[in-house]
Amino acid sequence: MTTIPALELRGVDKSFGPVRALSSVNLTARAGEVTALVGDNGAGKSTLIKCIGGIHRVDAGELVFDGSPRTLTGPRDAAQFGVAIVYQDLALCDNLDITDNMFLGREEVTRRGTLDVNTMEKQARRALDALSVRTVRSVHQVVANLSGGQRQTVAIAKAVLWKAKIVVLDEPTAALGVVQTEQVLDLVRRLADQGVAVILVSHNMNDVMRVADSIGVLYLGRMAAQVKRVDVTQTQIVELITTGRSGDLGLSSAESAGVAT
Amino acid sequence: MTRILEENTREVSEAAPGVGAYLRGYVARVRGGELGSIPAMAGLVLITAVFAVVHQGFLSAYNIEALVIQAAPIIVMAMGLIFVLLLGEIDLSAGTTGGLCAASMAVLVIRHGMTWWLGILTALVIGVFIGTTMGWLRARIGIPSFVITLATFLAFQGVTLILIGGEGSVNLPGNMPLIQLENSFVPLWLGWVLLALAVLGYAAVQVADALGRRRDGLAPVPFPVIAAKIAALAVLGSLFTYVMGINRNVATNAYFSSKAQGMPWVVVLVAVLYVGWNFVLTRTRYGRHVYAAGGNEEATRRAGVAVSRIRISVFVICSGMAAVSGLVAASLLQSVQSNAGAGNTLLLAVGAAVIGGTSLFGGHGRVIDAVLGGLVVAVIVNGMSDLIQGANSSGYEYVVTGAVLLLAAGFDAVVRRARSR
Ligand SMILES: Nc1ncnc2c1ncn2[C@@H]1O[C@H](COP(=O)(O)OP(=O)(O)OP(=O)(O)O)[C@@H](O)[C@H]1O
Ligand SMILES: [Mg+2]
Repeated sequence: MTTIPALELRGVDKSFGPVRALSSVNLTARAGEVTALVGDNGAGKSTLIKCIGGIHRVDAGELVFDGSPRTLTGPRDAAQFGVAIVYQDLALCDNLDITDNMFLGREEVTRRGTLDVNTMEKQARRALDALSVRTVRSVHQVVANLSGGQRQTVAIAKAVLWKAKIVVLDEPTAALGVVQTEQVLDLVRRLADQGVAVILVSHNMNDVMRVADSIGVLYLGRMAAQVKRVDVTQTQIVELITTGRSGDLGLSSAESAGVAT
Repeated sequence: MTRILEENTREVSEAAPGVGAYLRGYVARVRGGELGSIPAMAGLVLITAVFAVVHQGFLSAYNIEALVIQAAPIIVMAMGLIFVLLLGEIDLSAGTTGGLCAASMAVLVIRHGMTWWLGILTALVIGVFIGTTMGWLRARIGIPSFVITLATFLAFQGVTLILIGGEGSVNLPGNMPLIQLENSFVPLWLGWVLLALAVLGYAAVQVADALGRRRDGLAPVPFPVIAAKIAALAVLGSLFTYVMGINRNVATNAYFSSKAQGMPWVVVLVAVLYVGWNFVLTRTRYGRHVYAAGGNEEATRRAGVAVSRIRISVFVICSGMAAVSGLVAASLLQSVQSNAGAGNTLLLAVGAAVIGGTSLFGGHGRVIDAVLGGLVVAVIVNGMSDLIQGANSSGYEYVVTGAVLLLAAGFDAVVRRARSR
C-alpha cells in the first residue's frame, strides 16, 4: 500500500526512570484497517497507547499524523489530531444517558446558551446507526443499565461521533461473553470500514486473528515485528509474543536475548 | 455534516409513541431504580394523613402557614446542599454558615446602623466567600470535605457566638423588610396572578419543548401527559392559594378588622429559587457537568471538563444558599440567636435533600427534592412538636429527626444498589 498512513510511530523511546518501557518502536496504522497491538504483560502496550493519546510524552522518536510529524503535549493535542482512545475502564458516567455520555464535554448549545438536547439526540442516534448498532434501543437509556457490550458500543460510537481518525481500543472484549464479543468485533470491523484507523490492543489471539489487517507484536518494549494478518499464522504470532522471534520474523537472537537479560 | 451523517440519511424519528408507550417507559425507569419523586410524595401524603388524623387542626389554614414558613429555610438550605451532594461531597457547616451570615447581617444593621439591604448583601458575600474558600481547600488542597466542613461547622458556631456576644441574641425590628418575608402575606389577587403566571410559564415551556421535538423529528412527550402535568400544577397551586387565602386571624370581627390571609412572601422566594436552580441543573452545560462529575469524576476530566472548578462552584452555591437560608430563618424568628444554625439545622436540610431523593453517593438529585423533602421534614417537625409536649420535647424531636435521616440514607443506599445492577 502506498497511501500515507494515518499514524506512524518512528523510533519511539519511553523510559520511566530506569525502566525502559519502549525502545525505538515503529508502528504504522492505516485508515480503513484494524491494526492489532499484542504483547505479553508488561510488554509496553498501555505505555504505547498513552504516548499516542498524549498522556505520556515520548523521550525520543516521532509521531507522524497523516504524514506530518507532531509533538503531543497533552491529551488535547491528541484529540485535535483525531485520536480517540476507548479506555478499558470505558470512562462513561453511569448516571447519565447514552446521549449525554456521547456529548460529555462537547455539548451542543442553542443560541440562547441552553443545552440543545434535540440536536444531540439526533446526532447520537445517527452515530449509532452509522455503525449499524442494533443492540441499543433508546439513546435515552441510562448507561448504568447497559451491558458490557452495549457500554463498549457507546464508547466506540462516541469516537465516531467526534469524527476520530484514529481510534485506539484497549482490550475492548476483555470482560465480555461470547455473543457480546462477537458484536463488538463486528463493530470494530465496521469502524474500520468507515475509514477510521483502528488500533486494537488485545490479549485474545482469536479476536486478533479474526479482525486485524495488520499485527504489531511488542516484546519487552521493542516492536518485534509488524506483519500483515494474511502473512502469518496464530502460532507464529504466539511465538513472537513469547520469544520476540519466529523463524526469520522478529528480533535477531542477539537483540531478543539482549533485552531479555 | 460529518462523513457519517451524509452516509446515513435514514429517518431518525422513533415513531411518535402514544400515552401508553410513554407510561410503559416511565414504569421501566422506575423499575430500574429511577424513583424520582415518588417516595417523597408518598411519604408526604402518608405522614400528613397520619398527623391529620392524630391531631385536630393539623390541616387548618393556620397550621399550613406555619408549616410553610417553617419549611422555607430548610428547603432553601437543601437546594444548596443538593449541588454539593451531587458531587458526592458534603457540607456539614451549611447550618452554621447560614447562622454566621445572618449574625453578621444583624450585627451590622442593628448595632452599626448599616442599611438593611447592604447588610443582606454583605451576608451573601460572606456566604460566597466561605464557599469559595472551602471549595478551594477541597479541590486544590485535597482535604476531604467532611473534615473541612466539620472544622468550619464548629468554628463558625464560635464566630457567631462572638459576634452576637453576651446578649445572646440580636432582635430585628418588625418594620425591617427582611422580616416581611416570613411574616407578611402576598395580597390575594397578586397570589392568584402569580399562580396564573407560574402555570402559564410552565405550560409554555412544556409545549415549546414538545413542539421543538416534533419539529426535529423526535418523539415528543405525548400531549395528554403534558396536559395532565399542567393540570396537576394548576390544581395543586389553586388549592394551596385558596387555603392560604382563608383568614387565619381568629380575632377578626367588627372591632378587629385586621386579617391574616394570603401566602407568605417566602413562597415566592422559594419558587423563584426553584425555577432558577432547576434551570441551571437541567438546561445548561454547567448543570450537565455537575451531574457528570458526580457520576464519574475521571471520565468527566478525560472529557475535558475542569472538574476542580465545578467542585469549587458547588461549595460556593451551597454556602451562598446557606446564607439565604440563614436570612430566611432570621426573618422567621425575627432575631438572630447566638446558636443560630447550630443544633439540628443542617441535619434537617440534609434529611430534606435525601428524603426528596438526592443520593449521598453523588450523581443523583434534583432541585424538586429539596422542596418535597423540606415539606416532609417540616411536617414531621411540626407534627411531632404538637404531639410531644413538655420539657423533653426537643430531645425527642432530635431523636426522631436523626432516625428519619438514617432511614432515608438507608433507603438511598438500597436504591443505589438496585440501580447499579
Ligand atoms: N507510570 C509508570 N511508571 C513506571 N513504570 C511504568 C509506568 N507505566 C508502565 N511502566 C512499566 O513499563 C513497562 C510496560 O508496561 P505497560 O503497562 O505498558 O505494559 P502492557 O503491555 O500494557 O502490559 P499488560 O498486558 O499487563 O497491560 C512495565 O515494565 C511497567 O512496569
Ligand atoms: Mg496494559
